[in-house]
Amino acid sequence: MVLKVSDLAVSRGGVLVLEGLNFTLKRGNALILRGPNGSGKTTLLRTLAGLQPAVAGRIEAEQDDIAFATHSDGLKPTLTVRENLTFWAHIFGSNHIDEAVDVFALQSLLNRSAGALSAGQKRRLGLARLMISGRPLWILDEPTVSLDKESVARFAETVKLHLSKGGAALLATHIDLGFEADVFDVSPFKAKPTDLPFLDEVML
Amino acid sequence: MIALLDRDIKLAIRAGGGFGLGLAFFLIVVVLVPFSVGPKSDLLAIIAPGILWLGALLACLLSLDRIFALDYEDGSLDLLATSPLPMEAIVSIKALAHFLTTAVPLVLATPLFGVMLNLQAEGFVWVMISLAVGTPALSVIGTFGAALTVGLKRGGLLLSILVLPLYVPTLIFGAEVARRGTLGMDIQTPLLMLAGITFATIALLPFASAAVIRINLR
Amino acid sequence: MSEKRSLWEYANPRKFMGLSGTLLPWVAISGGALLLIGLIWGFFFTPDDYRQGSTVKIIYLHVPSALMAINAWFMMLVASLIWLIRRHHVSALAARAAAPVGVAMTVIALVTGAIWGQPMWGTWWVWDPRLTSFLILFLFYLGYIALWSAIENDDTAADLTSVLAIVGSVFAVLSRYAVNFWNQGLHQGASLSMDKEENVADIFYYPLLVAIAAFILIFVALVLLRTRTEIRARQLRAYMARERMQ
Repeated sequence: MVLKVSDLAVSRGGVLVLEGLNFTLKRGNALILRGPNGSGKTTLLRTLAGLQPAVAGRIEAEQDDIAFATHSDGLKPTLTVRENLTFWAHIFGSNHIDEAVDVFALQSLLNRSAGALSAGQKRRLGLARLMISGRPLWILDEPTVSLDKESVARFAETVKLHLSKGGAALLATHIDLGFEADVFDVSPFKAKPTDLPFLDEVML
Repeated sequence: MIALLDRDIKLAIRAGGGFGLGLAFFLIVVVLVPFSVGPKSDLLAIIAPGILWLGALLACLLSLDRIFALDYEDGSLDLLATSPLPMEAIVSIKALAHFLTTAVPLVLATPLFGVMLNLQAEGFVWVMISLAVGTPALSVIGTFGAALTVGLKRGGLLLSILVLPLYVPTLIFGAEVARRGTLGMDIQTPLLMLAGITFATIALLPFASAAVIRINLR
Repeated sequence: MSEKRSLWEYANPRKFMGLSGTLLPWVAISGGALLLIGLIWGFFFTPDDYRQGSTVKIIYLHVPSALMAINAWFMMLVASLIWLIRRHHVSALAARAAAPVGVAMTVIALVTGAIWGQPMWGTWWVWDPRLTSFLILFLFYLGYIALWSAIENDDTAADLTSVLAIVGSVFAVLSRYAVNFWNQGLHQGASLSMDKEENVADIFYYPLLVAIAAFILIFVALVLLRTRTEIRARQLRAYMARERMQ
């Protein structure tokens, strides 16, 4: 088990967004979060990644096990692909980027500025960063935004590869990625306003 | 950690006018002062140490909002926050990068600007020493201010309002070292105070800055 | 089983509104009355100082306002710490409420200080340590208020301004020493000395105490009033957020 969530409540900007969440994610599996826009998927992912404190409930996971990625991947356009990747490699304590470069077919792009890449190539670079982190649980927020079908398919292949190597993935996405994964709909967990004996005590 | 320092320096240099901007602003201040107060050399010689400090301080102020803004906007700050690096280290490295790319060029340029302001011969050493000791504090304090305003559109003006009162002690002691050193007076007290402020801010303020960044990322 | 009553009860907004609503008229009226008494006594019923003439009577405004300018900041600091440690919203809002009152006190202190000193200095401003320190305090207040206004999210604003208050307090104290050092060369006569250092006759002293008490009460009244407003505004935003959640 790499992630277990019990009775979790999360908030954004002081407002309770989701509550009563329960799910478990084991290695080798993927879990897809579904729900309409604004339903709190991003808030949930950010809370699990450690960027926001949970309001209630428990998250059982090792902070060190988690690698977080959004569609803005923190790639610096003025640095080359190689410079971007080696930077993250050093941050995560490893030295080699070769395996990730191979898997994502980035050899020809190594010396190109990251700003000059296409959307699909940038996405590959972002995923390469995840692989370099060496962390088993990938938390991905809308990873396939602005990708064409071919790139989406390649993305799905990558995630499958990661899962087969014992990793896990938690993704929020609207798109059918074409691989097997449990689906978790967050809509039923929308938070309701707390009951207050005196409305005068609300502060939020 | 070195990787972050390395990256930030590279980004600053490649950003086009990164550290040249600070130097250019310093030059502008130095050029405008004689136009404001008149060209008499003896007057300029008296105010030169202070003007050099003021120019360096304002030039540092200019580049503060870039410390976190770019990383905040493209999501890098989120990723750094979830990486193995502790936030205190991240903010300290960013302050160091600011110091190296903005303050150090200014300090090295002071002899040239000192000449333009008729700085007395004894003053050159003391202006440079005081700036070298004091500007790290400006970077660390500025990083705190940048952390407070990181999410805000057009936070630059607010950043200046927040940071300037915090700069006053460093400015007072630094300019006093420069002024008294030029006149051949004893500089021990202000220099010790200046160094004390610098070391204390380097040691303590990153904790506040880190807390502020975490709050702003929530 | 007796309930332990503690001051922390008033962290509850409803209880705070109740207590402050009851207290406010009394505090305001007594503050106003004491101010009238103190000023009339001080201005009209004390003799002129043989050295400084009648303008010295401005101290009945200057000293209390200067004291309150510093106390207001101190109150803001304590309220900020309470927010950071115990997360009581009323405390955070009280800090926010106190700041403009503190600014007003600082401005009064600066203006009355200048008026006091003008006959002695011959100009309307000198950079003496005390006035300069108050000017720097004024800038700290401005930054604090500006930060509150700039941030949309209430809790984030409370957190950030609290950290700023703490860091700012350290630097404010540091500035005081720096300014004293910076001002060493100036002619002694240019500084405004605090009354306890001089031999102030009782006849000056008692009206001053009344004026100080008046300013304290007026400060409390204003902060209570403004905190009530802040609480209501905050509750309005909370109601609207709850509506959106339905």
